[in-house]
Amino acid sequence: MSLTGKILTIYGNMVTAEVDGAIRQNAVAYCRRSDGVRLMSEIIRIRGNRADMQVFELTRGLKAGDEVEITDELLSLELGPGLLGQIYDGLQNPLPLLARKVGRFLEPGHYLPALDRAKKWAFTPVAKPGDRVRAATNLGRVPEGIFDHFVMAPFDLAGEWTVQSVKPAGDYPVDAEVAVLEQGGQTRSVTMIQRWQVRIPLGFYETRLLPTTPLVTKQRIIDTFFPIMLGGTYCIPGPFGAGKTVLQQITSRHAEVDIVIVAACGERAGEVVETLREFPHLTDPRTGKTLMERTIIICNTSSMPVAARESSVYTAVTMGEYYRQLGLNVLLLADSTSRWAQALREMSGRLEEIPGEEAFPAYLESSIARFYERGGVVKLPDGRVASLTIGGAVSPAGGNFEEPVTQGTLKVVGAFLGLSYARSYARRFPAIDPLDSWSKYTGLIDGKKVAGAHAFLKKGKSIYEMMQVVGEEGTAMEDFVVYLKSELLDTVYLQQNSFDDIDAACPPPRQKKLFEMVTEVLAHPFSFTDKEQARDLFFTLTERFRNWNYTAWDTPALKDAEAKIRECLTAGAAQTKEASHA
Amino acid sequence: MRKYYNRIDKIAGNVATLKAGNVGYEELAEVEGRGGRSFAQVIRVNGEDVSLQIFSGTRGVSTGDKVSFLGSAMRFSFSDNLFGRVFTGGGAPRDGRTALSDNLVMVGGPAVNPAVRLMPHRMIPTNIPMIDVFNTLVEGQKLPIFSIPGEPYNELLARIALQAEADVIILGGMGLKYDEYLYFKNRLEEGGAMSRSILFIHTASDPVVECLQTPDIALTVAEKFAEQGKRVLCLLTDMTSFANALKEIAITMEQIPSNRGFPGDLYSQLASRYEKAVVFEDAGSVTIMAVTTMPGDDVTHPVPDNTGYITEGQFYVKGGVIEPFGSLSRLKQLVNGKTRDDHRAIMDGCIQLYAKCREAREKRAMGFEMSGWDHKLLKYGDLFESKIMDLSLNIPLFDALSMCWSILADCFEPRETGIRTNLAEKYWPKKA
Ligand SMILES: Nc1ncnc2c1ncn2[C@@H]1O[C@H](COP(=O)(O)OP(=O)(O)O)[C@@H](O)[C@H]1O
Ligand SMILES: [Mg+2]
Repeated sequence: MSLTGKILTIYGNMVTAEVDGAIRQNAVAYCRRSDGVRLMSEIIRIRGNRADMQVFELTRGLKAGDEVEITDELLSLELGPGLLGQIYDGLQNPLPLLARKVGRFLEPGHYLPALDRAKKWAFTPVAKPGDRVRAATNLGRVPEGIFDHFVMAPFDLAGEWTVQSVKPAGDYPVDAEVAVLEQGGQTRSVTMIQRWQVRIPLGFYETRLLPTTPLVTKQRIIDTFFPIMLGGTYCIPGPFGAGKTVLQQITSRHAEVDIVIVAACGERAGEVVETLREFPHLTDPRTGKTLMERTIIICNTSSMPVAARESSVYTAVTMGEYYRQLGLNVLLLADSTSRWAQALREMSGRLEEIPGEEAFPAYLESSIARFYERGGVVKLPDGRVASLTIGGAVSPAGGNFEEPVTQGTLKVVGAFLGLSYARSYARRFPAIDPLDSWSKYTGLIDGKKVAGAHAFLKKGKSIYEMMQVVGEEGTAMEDFVVYLKSELLDTVYLQQNSFDDIDAACPPPRQKKLFEMVTEVLAHPFSFTDKEQARDLFFTLTERFRNWNYTAWDTPALKDAEAKIRECLTAGAAQTKEASHA
Repeated sequence: MRKYYNRIDKIAGNVATLKAGNVGYEELAEVEGRGGRSFAQVIRVNGEDVSLQIFSGTRGVSTGDKVSFLGSAMRFSFSDNLFGRVFTGGGAPRDGRTALSDNLVMVGGPAVNPAVRLMPHRMIPTNIPMIDVFNTLVEGQKLPIFSIPGEPYNELLARIALQAEADVIILGGMGLKYDEYLYFKNRLEEGGAMSRSILFIHTASDPVVECLQTPDIALTVAEKFAEQGKRVLCLLTDMTSFANALKEIAITMEQIPSNRGFPGDLYSQLASRYEKAVVFEDAGSVTIMAVTTMPGDDVTHPVPDNTGYITEGQFYVKGGVIEPFGSLSRLKQLVNGKTRDDHRAIMDGCIQLYAKCREAREKRAMGFEMSGWDHKLLKYGDLFESKIMDLSLNIPLFDALSMCWSILADCFEPRETGIRTNLAEKYWPKKA
C-alpha cells in the first residue's frame, strides 16, 4: 500500500514532497535519487498535500521532482533472537555486515536485514494447540547465549487467539513459521521475528513496580553514595573531558545486569570502536562468556546523518524493552542525550518551529521525560519481574548545568551523577562531584552510615575552604584532622583506579569491608602534637589503604594489607597516650 | 550538455538564488560575469528556486550573470602529483603551477563505517615531555590546540608535524595571515618535508566560502592517501575561522542561531570534519592536529566548547607552555600502558602534586605560613616547570620519565608522592 509523491524542496536533511493520498505521520518514506538509490526518510509533518520528511542519509544529489515512495509503516525494528552481540546503526543496519557488503564508507541507500536469516535457532515449543494466547504470550523458546529467548505471540495481536499448531522442537531460522494462531476463522503465521515501532513504548506487563534492587556497578562512589536501582533512571552530566564516556564504559563492563545496550548517540566513533574491539576479548565474570554476548551496540556517531541520530535512542530503548519483555534485567547507556536533543533542535529549526530556550524546541522537556519513562521495573504476565534501567550522559554547553537538556533531565531521573571539571583536572576519578550529586535510591550500605560518611565530606570541604582564608595555622587541630579524614575517604573510597585490574571493579563484599575500615578511621579519635605529624600519618594511611585496594580479595596479602592499616591506628592510639601523658 | 541560466533573482550575503530545473542538492555550479568566474554550490532547492553559495563571494555578481550546473557535487584531483603543491582553500593552484584534473574524487563523502575502524594504538613521539609523558599523542587521533592569538600554537603544530614522521603532511590553513602561511611553508621546506606535503591555504583576504571548503578538500585528500595505506597527518589552523564562516553562511540563510549567533548544527558540522581522523583496519590512518583560537580566551565559547566535545582531548597553550590542567589526550591510555610500567603512575602522580603546588602558591600569595610540606611542594613546582613543562625541551619519553623521578626524589619521600609502593621501589633514584 505505498504511495508516491514528488520532491518539492531540499534543505539539508529535510525534504518536502507533494503527495496525493492518505499519509501517516511518522511513516517511513524513501526518496529516490535519479540514479535509483533510495534514501530512507521519515515523515515528520504533514500540511495538506505536503509532507515534510527527515532524510536519514546525506541528501546530496536529490532533485526537485524526484520521486518519493511513501509507505504505510512507521519506523520499526526487527526483534528476535540474534540481536545480542550485534553492532547496529541508528536504523538497525548491522554495521559489520554493511562493511562487508558496501565497503569502508557508509554509502547512502543500503539497508540490510537486522537479523541473520541463515542462522538456525534451537526451538522448543512452550504452547500447544488449543492454548489461548494474547500478544506477547510465550509460544516457545530458543537459547540465545546463556538466556532463554522466548518466541512470543505477535505484539500487534488484538484480543485472544487460539494456537492452531506449533512446530516440534528443532532448528529453525528466524523467518520460519513456528506456530499458527487462529481467531474467528482468521489465521496468523508466527515466526521468531517481531516488528515494533520505535517511537511507541513496548511493554506487555501486568504492573509497573517501584525499583527496589540496587544495580551494582562496582564503582564505590555510585553503589555506596549515589546508588542506581534496577529499573531506575539516572543521568551523568559533565563538561567535556570530565569522564562521562569512561564512566559509561566502566559501567557497561562491570554492571551486574543481564544485558547492556550501548547507545553511542552523536559522539565519537572511536569510543564505540573501543567497545566493539575489546568486548569480544573480555570475560564477563558472571557468566564466563565474553562481554560481547550480553551487549548490543547502537551506533550513530557524530559524523553519521543527524536524523538517524535522533531515532537511534528510540531504537536502543525499544531493544531494551524487548529484552525486558523476555524477563531480563537490561541496562541502557546513552552517550549522549544532548546530541539527541541537538538533533531535535536541528530538525525543529528546519521545520521553522518557534524556538524555545537556546533554540531547542518547546517539546524538548516532554521528549526527554518520555524517553526516561520507558525505563522501569515490570511484572510480566507470567509473574516474572524484569527491568530496564536507563543511564544517559548529558553534555551541557559550556559545562553549565543550567541549560535546557540538563535541567529537563534532572526533573525526571532518579539519580544525578554530576561530573566536575575540578575533580577530573585533579585526576580524582571517577570525577563525580560528591557534594552536588544525589540519588533517590537506596544502595548497598545502610543509609545512615553513608550519611555519616557524607557529612565528613561536607565538613572537610568547608574546612578546606576556610583554610584558604585563614591558613593552616589558623585552623584548629580538630578541624584539620577532620579535613585529613575527609581527604582519606575521598582518595581511597570515592576514587577508584579504572586501570588497575583489581581496583577497577569493587564487588559488594569488598565495598562493605572497605567502608567499614574507612569509617573506623573516620571515627578514630586521633590526637597529634602538630599538623606535620598528622599529615604524615595520613600519608601513610592513604598509601596503605591504596595498597589494600590493589590487592586481590581473599588472599593472605589482603590480610597483611589490612594489618598494616591497623598498625597505623594503634600507632595513632599510642601517640594519643603519649600526648595525654605530656 | 551544460544548461545555462541568465537570470539571478536574488543576491544576499554569499548566496544567490535563481530559477533552474533538474539540479541536484549540493551540485556544483559555475557563475560567470563581468566580475570573473566562480564556482558555487547548491545549498537549497525550493521547487525551481535554487540557492547557490558562491565560493568567491557575491561582490560584483550581477543578476544577469551566466550560471551553469556541472552535474555533480564538488570534486578534486587526487594523485601523487599533489605532493609539494600549494592550493587555495577552494582548491585552485596558489603556487603558479598548472591546475590538476586527473582522477577526480568526490569532496566530502559519507562517514567511515565504525566497524572498519581500528583502535588507535601507535604513539606519535614528539620529544616534548608535556605531550609524550602527560598527554601522549596517538596516530589516528584528532586533537586541537586551544589557544589565543600571540601564543606559539602554529610553531608547536609545525614542530609536531616535522617530528611525527608521517608519510603525508597536509596543511589546511583557514583565515591565515600571509606570513603564517609563509612560516609553515618555510618550516616544511627547511625540515625537508615539503616533498611529502600538500598545502591548502585560505588566507584572511580570500573569499569566506573558500574557508569552508578548506578542511573538506584537505580531509578528502587525506582520506584517499590513508586508503592507500599511508599514515597521514592533517594540520588544520585555525578552525575558529572555519566556524565563523559557518556562522556567516547560516545567518545569510536565516537559520535560527542557537548560541552566540552560531547555528544549531555547529557541533555536527565540526564533527563531520574531525571524525575523518581514523585508523583503518586494512589501510593507513589520518591524524588531525588543529588549532582553535578561543575568542576572549573563553573555553566556554561555542567553538572551543563544541570542539572539546568532539575531539579526543586538547592541548591548552597558554603563556608559552602546555597547561597541565585542562590539557588532555583521551587516547593516551591506549598507548601509555605499553610504554613503561611507571608511565601512568608518573603521569598521575606528577600532575596531582603540581596541582597541590599551585594551591601552596596561592596560600603563599595570601601571606599564609608555609608548612614543611608546602615548602616541598613549592620546590617541586619550580623544578617541574623548568625541567618538564618548558616547550623548548627535546627529550625522548624514557629520559623524561627518569627526569620526573629525579625531581620527585629531590623533593619528597616516596610515600608522599601517592605513587604505588612497588613502582617507587623500582624507580626511586638511589641516594648517592
Ligand atoms: N575513571 C577514570 N579513570 C581514569 N581516567 C579517567 C576516568 N574517567 C575519565 N578519565 C580521563 O579523562 C578523559 C576524558 O574522559 P571522557 O569519559 O572521555 O570524558 P567525557 O566523555 O566526559 O568528555 C579520559 O580519556 C581519561 O583520560
Ligand atoms: Mg564523552
